[in-house]
Amino acid sequence: MEHFYFLTRFDYTLMIVTSGAALLGTVSGALGTYAVLRRQSLLGDVISHAALPGIAIAFLLTGSKTPLLLVLGAAIAGWLGALIILSIVRLTRIKYDSAFGLVLSTFFGFGMVLLSLIQRSGNANQAGLDDFIFGQAATILKRDVLTIGILGGIALIIMLIFWKELKLLIFDEGFAASIGLPIRALDILLTSLLVIAIVIGLQAVGAVLMSAMLVAPAVAARQWTDRLNLMVLLAACFGALAGVSGTIISSPIRIPTGPTIILCATAMVGISIAFAPNRGLLWNSIKQRRNRRSLKIATGRLIGATAVKNRMKENDTRRS
Amino acid sequence: MIPEDLDILTLLIAIVTASACALPGVFLVLRRMTLMSDAISHAILPGIVLAFFLTHSVSSPLLILAATATGVLTVIFVELLQKTKLVKEDAAIGLTFPALFSIGVILISQYTSNIHLDMDAVLLGKLEFASFNKLEMFGYSWGPVSLYVMGGMFLLNLAFILIFYKELKLVTFDASLAATLGFAPALIHYGLMTLVSMTTVGAFDAVGSILVVALIAGPAATAYLMTDSLARMLILSVIIGCVNAVVGYLLAVPFDVPIAGPIATVTFLVFGLAFMVVPNRGLIAIARRHIHQKWEFAQTMLVIHLLNHEGLPEAQAESEIAHLHEHLRWEPTFATRVVKHALNNRYVSQQATQLMLTERGRTIAQQTLVQ
Repeated sequence: MEHFYFLTRFDYTLMIVTSGAALLGTVSGALGTYAVLRRQSLLGDVISHAALPGIAIAFLLTGSKTPLLLVLGAAIAGWLGALIILSIVRLTRIKYDSAFGLVLSTFFGFGMVLLSLIQRSGNANQAGLDDFIFGQAATILKRDVLTIGILGGIALIIMLIFWKELKLLIFDEGFAASIGLPIRALDILLTSLLVIAIVIGLQAVGAVLMSAMLVAPAVAARQWTDRLNLMVLLAACFGALAGVSGTIISSPIRIPTGPTIILCATAMVGISIAFAPNRGLLWNSIKQRRNRRSLKIATGRLIGATAVKNRMKENDTRRS
Repeated sequence: MIPEDLDILTLLIAIVTASACALPGVFLVLRRMTLMSDAISHAILPGIVLAFFLTHSVSSPLLILAATATGVLTVIFVELLQKTKLVKEDAAIGLTFPALFSIGVILISQYTSNIHLDMDAVLLGKLEFASFNKLEMFGYSWGPVSLYVMGGMFLLNLAFILIFYKELKLVTFDASLAATLGFAPALIHYGLMTLVSMTTVGAFDAVGSILVVALIAGPAATAYLMTDSLARMLILSVIIGCVNAVVGYLLAVPFDVPIAGPIATVTFLVFGLAFMVVPNRGLIAIARRHIHQKWEFAQTMLVIHLLNHEGLPEAQAESEIAHLHEHLRWEPTFATRVVKHALNNRYVSQQATQLMLTERGRTIAQQTLVQ
């Protein structure tokens, strides 16, 4: 009986972690599509690092580790970081990459200062704040899954409501502005959705790896389709698949779950890049070979035809 | 105890590390490749771990070599991915370094039980350590090593930049011209990337993988706001890096927190300060220019208005101060202030309740109209 008890307990934990990872993968896959298509893949990296001081301040102010409060703090700090980047790029000649690097590292550094102050204060409740840096998927609880589900669901619903506007924003910003869409407001909306997708995943995968959860499923999905709706759907599926497979693979052999999820997602990208029809490397090399062969045949025919024509011309001149 | 000696050593390491990072940072910022340093600083993890398994020491030169090689490998991976044309540059970076980093984390987790390679230490340098640990590391067995490593890196970076200054400049600002002139931009590029990797690896030990980016990007971005000359930008960014390090260190001591955190915070504040007050490009300068332009424009409107009606029958009504705002469609208070400015600048003179153009005002109005 004891064995059974252990088994069911284990399965229950695994189920919770798996469903959390799957939900997370779905949300970040779908929303990551927009970041990748706008060439702001690394925004996820920046926001996830910039969120750290927000988490620390939320804890310092309230003294509690309620996921929702910490997520709120993270969201505010991440959002602030993203806004600072937008204004640096708009007002100076500094480009996105430098603004990203600056905000990412300095916000994170400030967060580290706050964290070490918290640790030194000896607050017994502080253990676990580190999870937001390294990620600790194995400690996902039912309430965390609920937080991920509810907030992620809200973000996805908002994405669906503004589907048309966001689509126009990422593909033809100039046209969107010309028909009177509020570009800056939409930009901020999209950034806010990304912030939500990132901060709900921080505790599970950690700041460092959260950016990959945003990028990898979307890049994999991009290889299979040229349509936005299919791409979002596929990216969500890939993200969920990476979450589930990473959790299931990592659990019995006792390796960290977050990194395993990332490696699963990366493997999907590898497979997609290699084998996807129309775009993939294999497909391209086959197409190239076929083109070369048909070109050869065509030139062969052309040479043959020219030879026949020349012969006929020769005959003509000889006869006359 | 001997805290004073230790403090000076730590401060010296901070200064040398900041200077060494600031130099290649300039070229990364100018070439829009800052995030490559972020990618490298994360991706070197598996290299460090593997080298550690081989040597069982954190300070062996092999470790630095292996990590540097992993860093260069990251750059090559990113470029190969880009070359397939299936993935854009930002996504290629965002794919490569988390994957390598994950491999590193998994490797560490498999062997944590029998080696002394702490996850916190690798990710965050000495930052996560309590101050006692840090002092022991820096002061006795570690401080001098770090100092030598980073001092060497600073000299190496300096030598590379001095020797290849012309080439670096050309490759940075006009890569295709550099290629046509036969300067081998790829060679310079990989040389620079190797140096960035080595610097990152060296600084990694002192300040951790994420704050390295602050040391590399911060001073260079701040200097970029201040000058248009490459040489001046290089010198400025080293100075700014040193100032950040010293101020950060001085802040760290009273609050008793690991010094890299305050250094990063100060880096952001110094950038913010420059962003505000830098002449010509700063926010304050931009705002002042806007205000100045607004008043200049209004005064020009005023003198043109006066010129248009000068000598005509309606001149008397049109130049009445009390009615100006109606003719020019301004707010009355605004009109009063414009008149005051114009009087101060001697564009106009006041006679009873009317405004008359001065010579100066007439010239300005005529010039503007001609343009």
